[in-house]
Amino acid sequence: MSANDSVSAGERRVDALDVSPDEALSETLGHDLEPSPARGKQRRRDWVQLPLDALHYRVTQAGLAISLFIVAMAVVGPYIAPYSPYEFVTAPYAKPSATAWLGGDNLGRDVVSRVLCGGRTVLSLSFIATAIGMILGVVLGLVAGYARTVINEVIMRGLDVLLAFPQIVFVLLIISVLGPQVWLLVLGVGVTLAPPIARVVYGVTVEIKERDFVMAAESLGVSHLKIAFTEILPNIVSPLMVEFGLNLTFAIGTIASLSFLGFGMQPPAADWGLMINENRVGLVIQPYSVFVPVTLIAILAIGVNLVTDGVAHAMIGIDRDTGSA
Amino acid sequence: MPVLPKLILRRLALGLLTLMVISVLVFAATEALPGDTASQILGKSATPERVERLQDQLGLDRPLIVQYFSWAGGLLRGDAGHSLVGIEVPVTQLLGSKVVNSAVLMLVAALMSIPVSLLLGSLSGRFRDGLFDASVSLGSLTFAALPTFVIGIALILLLATQILHVLPAVSRVQHSASIWSQMELLWLPAATLALASAPFIVRMLRGSMIEVLESDYVQMARLKGAPERIVLQRHALPNAIIPVIQVIALNLAWMAGGVVTVEYLFNYPGIGWALVDAVANRDVPVIQAIVLLVAAVYVTLNLIADILTILISPRLRTGLH
Amino acid sequence: MSGIILTVEDLDIALDPSGVEVDHEVNLELVEGEILGLVGESASGKTTAATSLLNFQRRGAKIVSGSIHIGDRDVLALGAAQLRQLRGGVISYVPQDPGSALNPALRIGLQLREVLEFHGFGDSEAERRKRLEEMMAEVLLPSTKEFLRRYPHQLSGGQQQRVALAMAFSCRPKVIVLDEPTTGLDVTTQAHVLNTIRDLVTAHRVAAVYVTHDLAVVAELAHRIAVMYAGRLVEIGPAAELFAGASHPYTRRLLHAVPVLTGRRTLEGIPGFAPRPGHRPAGCAFAPRCSYAVAKCSAEMPPEEIVGEMHRVRCWRHEEVRAQAPVLAQKDDSSLESGGEAGLITVRGVTAWYGSKECIHDIDITLRARECLALVGESGSGKTTLARCIAGLHHFRIEGDIGFQGKALPRLAGSRPRAIRHAIQYVFQNPYSALNPRKTVAQILSQPLSIFFDYTRHQREDRLAEVLDLVSLDDTLLSRYPDQLSGGERQRVAIARALAAEPTVLICDEVTSWLDVSVQASIIELLLRLQSEIGLCMLFVTHNLALIRSIAYDVAVMSEGRIVEYGPTDDVLADPQAEYTRKLLADTPTIEAALFKT
Repeated sequence: MSANDSVSAGERRVDALDVSPDEALSETLGHDLEPSPARGKQRRRDWVQLPLDALHYRVTQAGLAISLFIVAMAVVGPYIAPYSPYEFVTAPYAKPSATAWLGGDNLGRDVVSRVLCGGRTVLSLSFIATAIGMILGVVLGLVAGYARTVINEVIMRGLDVLLAFPQIVFVLLIISVLGPQVWLLVLGVGVTLAPPIARVVYGVTVEIKERDFVMAAESLGVSHLKIAFTEILPNIVSPLMVEFGLNLTFAIGTIASLSFLGFGMQPPAADWGLMINENRVGLVIQPYSVFVPVTLIAILAIGVNLVTDGVAHAMIGIDRDTGSA
Repeated sequence: MPVLPKLILRRLALGLLTLMVISVLVFAATEALPGDTASQILGKSATPERVERLQDQLGLDRPLIVQYFSWAGGLLRGDAGHSLVGIEVPVTQLLGSKVVNSAVLMLVAALMSIPVSLLLGSLSGRFRDGLFDASVSLGSLTFAALPTFVIGIALILLLATQILHVLPAVSRVQHSASIWSQMELLWLPAATLALASAPFIVRMLRGSMIEVLESDYVQMARLKGAPERIVLQRHALPNAIIPVIQVIALNLAWMAGGVVTVEYLFNYPGIGWALVDAVANRDVPVIQAIVLLVAAVYVTLNLIADILTILISPRLRTGLH
Repeated sequence: MSGIILTVEDLDIALDPSGVEVDHEVNLELVEGEILGLVGESASGKTTAATSLLNFQRRGAKIVSGSIHIGDRDVLALGAAQLRQLRGGVISYVPQDPGSALNPALRIGLQLREVLEFHGFGDSEAERRKRLEEMMAEVLLPSTKEFLRRYPHQLSGGQQQRVALAMAFSCRPKVIVLDEPTTGLDVTTQAHVLNTIRDLVTAHRVAAVYVTHDLAVVAELAHRIAVMYAGRLVEIGPAAELFAGASHPYTRRLLHAVPVLTGRRTLEGIPGFAPRPGHRPAGCAFAPRCSYAVAKCSAEMPPEEIVGEMHRVRCWRHEEVRAQAPVLAQKDDSSLESGGEAGLITVRGVTAWYGSKECIHDIDITLRARECLALVGESGSGKTTLARCIAGLHHFRIEGDIGFQGKALPRLAGSRPRAIRHAIQYVFQNPYSALNPRKTVAQILSQPLSIFFDYTRHQREDRLAEVLDLVSLDDTLLSRYPDQLSGGERQRVAIARALAAEPTVLICDEVTSWLDVSVQASIIELLLRLQSEIGLCMLFVTHNLALIRSIAYDVAVMSEGRIVEYGPTDDVLADPQAEYTRKLLADTPTIEAALFKT
């Protein structure tokens, strides 16, 4: 299903063409350039070097600033909220006043407090879902990419089937059967995140597997498992970091959407997605109870995406000199 | 060209196979559960009356395989069972107009997003690293991150409430009347879908444009003394257009999932809205039908994209050795 | 000074936007009907200099200053419309990789015709059609409707290149720039293409620039030669003069490094490595590596001085250099070691498959201790497959017997007992993919140590330093990552990794194919030294016939999966028995050819 490849490729492809003119040194001089040692530069391991490089970009800095702000609010929020999120402090859809700075929600609870307490779930659930998706995706992708047998085909075809559903429909399918439970939500979203990740990992693994240093390890008699972990895995850390960012953004959106649809956190919980749904009927009268959580979700998602973009740019710099002369 | 039909047939077969596997999955997910399936499915809304109705309809006492084939057979005949909610309306009747509504919505959204995105994408690729490119990039990055319903609400806040009371607010959609009589209710949901899907098209096209414009063969055309117009039309375009086909198909496919939140938000009578409703009510036959339909749309669009790509690229068409 | 069609004056090219210098003060001239070979190794800037003749640079570089005069027009000062007229019409370009330079979506007929259309060649459709047929005939390609309707991917590499040549010559240009057009082609095809180029140039009285790193090709083809180093043109002059009496130390060192089919056998590399743009020293860029260097050389860049008819050089000490004995004519009585002992590795009746296809058939060879056997063949001949079978890296079916020290060798390296596995080591062709980019040199080298030996930490550190010393590398490299090493250094690390296992047999699979000529020479020096110091048995796989003289006592020539000739190198090269070997020998460009030119 080559079109599916382009889904992953097109939606998630790092624009390798976004190299700045100066960085295009190798391409400019073609085969004329032999990278002679950049003696002065001391390189560290990928998962340290890459974020450090990424921080040089304004995009990363901006993204980091705004997402950290939201994270801080979500984490610290419950401790600084003026009221409990379940307390009724004013009239339903009340306008902002001295008691309730942003007014009351659909049941008269304090909007400020509910907002401050409502971020934790989105954050933690999306994070866990992404982690699940990453682990599953990496394992499946590595195995499929490295194995020379039928397993490879079976896994990839299986993933193709999963990819034939829009994500949210799949999660809804599961929920329809087993009910809207939080763990199910996270697991469902995580499972749907795995196939695209697996595809990316598969692609990179297959490419790396062909490189001579893998064969060199083989000739020394290193076991396949060890090769997968010590030779191949370190080479996919960079793309994986980018994938994590992309999928986290996606997970935030999906989990917020599911809560919005009423299948995530259930009332009376304070959750941004749920709040939006509960309060949208009174949108015209009391916009803040919708506007604020919407903005916060938006800022969080945008922030994570900006950081990911910065990391993706940095990755192109690191991978330039390796094995593709 | 003996190679060509063979390639296409293979793709077709693969597509059909995928659909079959999906139907098994859908069936398994909803009906092949251990224990008292009917009660489990209905969960909290399991009244004895509904349990009995479900058991009847699903024929739960028969062996699983038989159940599956009878269900699948029914589908192929156009019989998707009956809704479990209220009076036993046939699913096909229930969904009939909704399918049309969603299709119209998706088409309008596609018409809104695709031409503009293609233009933006190719221009940013053509004039890369300029101010235009940078702004478009930033815009894409921003919109790509936002969940669809957030875009929808932003649009509502902007256009349908205090700020600019341009379009009708959400609640006035009537589910019984057909969409054709309420066209103005299309714009906001369509715009939401369009804005949500546009960034991906823009990015893809930009990337493809750059790849083509900086390819060796385009440079070669310039080095042969080709006028710029010919470079773009004769050399760049045929190569840049291949991913466009895929992008359009995938975009439409994506919308098949995107309609869920959008229709729910705008109370729009389409299959997305129906799905959410059905899930809330544990209306199994409806859920099955919609999920299968959406999957079928996805698979079909991918298939079309694949086949068109094969037809358009000479390398694939003549069977690359 | 007759017949000069184009002159380049003071050309400066730099990276964009950093402004780092790539080419500096390049001066050259092109003569009608003559081929100028533009020669240089990596980072020499030769390709950027060549493409500027069409006022073209890839993204990332720009022409800063200078002029290029053809007739009375300055190419670098032309407006867009005039430039378009010039390109393809007056000055043409033949790309290095025709596979990617031809548009995959357009039929070749169209791509050929459009050059004529762009330049308004001929007054009618019929005339253009006739010209097209003429061109195709000259490059020995059919001009049938069927052929012209093909897409580029339906042509072979050689055919694609000939299409590119036809496109370049079709409008009867005055100047042609050929950018390493025979890279990637096998020897026979290369010979054809070179002949075609020579014929076309003479017939059409075109002035051509042939960019290459291959001195042998240039010796066969070029009338004049320009040598570039670190962005500067260090010597330019008539081919025969240059090869006979080089006036620049770098040119001399290059000639010392080039493999020779007859005569001198010893190859010498150049210590150090070429500076990359932005890291070039003040004064003469070659000074740090030059044996003639004096204080003045590092302080001031030498100006161009005329040393003969159309012969210029940039060197403070060119007179002394010129006075030295000619490099090529030097005789060399050195000989290579012959093992003489019984076979260490015996291959008997081996046939191997790749998937379901049989790719090598019924192979019989013997590797002796302390001796080097060269395995020569073009791509697809099966030489790498055979090498992999011996190394235990071939995953498909193998039939026949491969024995080591008299005992049968298990097929796959993984199933061989440690004692045997460490004894046979393999060095790969591509130094850029042979080392894990995410591991330091120390980690890479420690791998075989920890697998085969039981060293304490202290012992291992000592051994690491020892092994690096064997390949003449400094132990400060231990903490570096591969992308901080040059190509030559990476290959040395790859060899060190093999040596760390303390092998008795070393299999080198085209280990110098990706390296510059001078770097290749130093690797050969290294291998020879190792062979005599450690007493290694070597299997040296290569496609370069001239190279084997410098390293191998015996040679096995392979073609289409079979060994067509097998014997001592000197004998086989002097008097080849097999038809294939004779053809290969005839088609291989030799640097000695320059000595026989007028």
